[in-house]
Amino acid sequence: MKRIVLMGNPNIGKSAVFSRLTGADVIISNYPGTTVDFSRGRACLQGELVELIDAPGTYSLEPTSRAEEVAFEVLGWADLVINVVDATNLERNLYLTLQLLEKNKPMIVALNMWDEAERSGITIDTKGLERLLQVPVVTTVALTGEGINGLVNRLKDASTPTETKVHSEEEMWMEIGRLTREIQKVTHRHPTAWDKLSQATIKPLTGTPIALMVIFATFWVVRFIGEGLISNLFEPLFELYRPLAMSISNWLGPGLLHDLLIGGLIDGEIDYIQSMGVLTTGIYVPLGMVLPYIVGFYLALALLEDSGYLPRMATLSDNVFHRLGMHGHAIVPLFLGLGCNVPGALSTRALETKKQRFISATLLGLAVPCTAKSAMIFGVLGPYGLSYVASVFATLAVIYVAVGLLLNKVVRGVSPEIFLEIPPYRRPNIFMVLKKTWMRIKWFLSEAIPFLFLGVLMVNVLYATGVIEWMGIVFAPLMEGWLGIPGEAVAVLLVGFFRKDLAVGMLLPLGLDPRQLVIATTVLSLYFPCVATFAVMIKELGIRDTMKSIAVMVATALLVGGAMRFALLG
Amino acid sequence: MTKTVIEMETPITCLEQGTKATVVRLIDHGSSFQRRLRAMGIREGKSLKIVAVHPFAGPLVVEVDGREITIGRGIAQRILVEVKE
Repeated sequence: MKRIVLMGNPNIGKSAVFSRLTGADVIISNYPGTTVDFSRGRACLQGELVELIDAPGTYSLEPTSRAEEVAFEVLGWADLVINVVDATNLERNLYLTLQLLEKNKPMIVALNMWDEAERSGITIDTKGLERLLQVPVVTTVALTGEGINGLVNRLKDASTPTETKVHSEEEMWMEIGRLTREIQKVTHRHPTAWDKLSQATIKPLTGTPIALMVIFATFWVVRFIGEGLISNLFEPLFELYRPLAMSISNWLGPGLLHDLLIGGLIDGEIDYIQSMGVLTTGIYVPLGMVLPYIVGFYLALALLEDSGYLPRMATLSDNVFHRLGMHGHAIVPLFLGLGCNVPGALSTRALETKKQRFISATLLGLAVPCTAKSAMIFGVLGPYGLSYVASVFATLAVIYVAVGLLLNKVVRGVSPEIFLEIPPYRRPNIFMVLKKTWMRIKWFLSEAIPFLFLGVLMVNVLYATGVIEWMGIVFAPLMEGWLGIPGEAVAVLLVGFFRKDLAVGMLLPLGLDPRQLVIATTVLSLYFPCVATFAVMIKELGIRDTMKSIAVMVATALLVGGAMRFALLG
Repeated sequence: MTKTVIEMETPITCLEQGTKATVVRLIDHGSSFQRRLRAMGIREGKSLKIVAVHPFAGPLVVEVDGREITIGRGIAQRILVEVKE
């Protein structure tokens, strides 16, 4: 099958061109041995089935990061190259174009964002550019789909230039200067309202309050979507499933297999939250409780990305994240982690170095409560007053920053500074946003659901074999003395090893006073990620770094728990 | 108004919000670093404007070719410019 690779600078709508060209069967692949992801898909173009690959965005073919290295590698697979160029920023984009021409692969240039270029007073002589580059040049507006047919129609004309000279970097910029002078005219225009908004949202004084409002609105939307999906779609679906699960339960009869698959029956009925079987709680928690919010979070993320706001948020938050050994982009794992730590941990991939990924994943597992956990904290402490709830979240926030500051000093390795282009604001296209969200949800289901399953299975096995009970007996005295909470609560803390969201709920019947509950929920949140996140961490960080990360969490939990005990209980 | 005298080559970290300047030199930090800056439009002879300076040693936002770029303090220190009158 013919392979077509899309190459272009970051943030120029390359993925939008890709989405327009491909059908629904797009998969996100991970480049072997790296943390870089790219998309591939198939399409029938002019009666021929071809494979399309969306290479990571790159400014040049001399890689300066892992993503750019992958772009370079992926280029090697190409039978044909579509070079997507930002028509509003021709000069900068042509550097990559000239380098691509030197590769002697059939190529076609798509001048994307053509409408935006026209609006901002830029005219480009495409015929002239075609003559000078010696490859076909078409204009596209990927967001609306305009020009995509033209691009497809001209794929057959893709050509290699007859004469290519290899330039030095300096010659290249000279050549680009000559080219742009010849074929591009820029009429001066007054700053538009969008330009003013752009500047206002990136300056610290005006940008910070705007960012806080955006974050607030985003969470409201996520909650709206999550709750809406649960009550209108997922709850009814699980009620439909209940008779089937019950008949499996009856058919299995009591025994080990029943305990593993269905779990315990509450009043002769399956309780999706407390039964703890693989086919009951194991399906319900990931699909019925977490997935609806994940949909909301991914949709919100796609909107923030496609509108161009995310890089501004990264710029504004860089001040904090930079001191914690990461940079502004670390806001993405934090944001997704508040939905579910699993996609959060998976998204640490996008950070550049090992140090950044380690710190980001550790702080995530340590101090970022997912929706399931947050809901439980509210449920358990809410009745005693919001100040108790707030004190848990405030403690977690302080710990996020304090441990981050410390890890930045202690963890070896480099943490490169923020360096990113701020794209202009664009109105997100709903088709693109939905497709992106769908691709990510599909990816989440295939990457994370097996781990969530495995988690419930492991807990059940450990319970059935008595390991958890044994650990409770061994660690109870320590926990009682150090944290000032009764022995039964220790067993709960151990369940929390794997399923923190549930463990918080299990604290309820123990009759702890609100202060003890604050200590117990905080410690529960801190000391271990849920088992699914744990598994993903091993996959992303490796077993050694995961163990170090866990050590940080356990130590922090014990120190903070002990300190809280003295502060709250005396 | 007193006119501030600025050296010929100033790192952009010394400039205030709204200043316009011309890039004179990039202090070397491996050629790949320089190439990346150049590819993003920050090269000798280019005009840039300081859009925002984030406090507490936060990043700078500069505008080149009508595009804004966020640059961490450490990288920004190595971009030497001449301030325009």
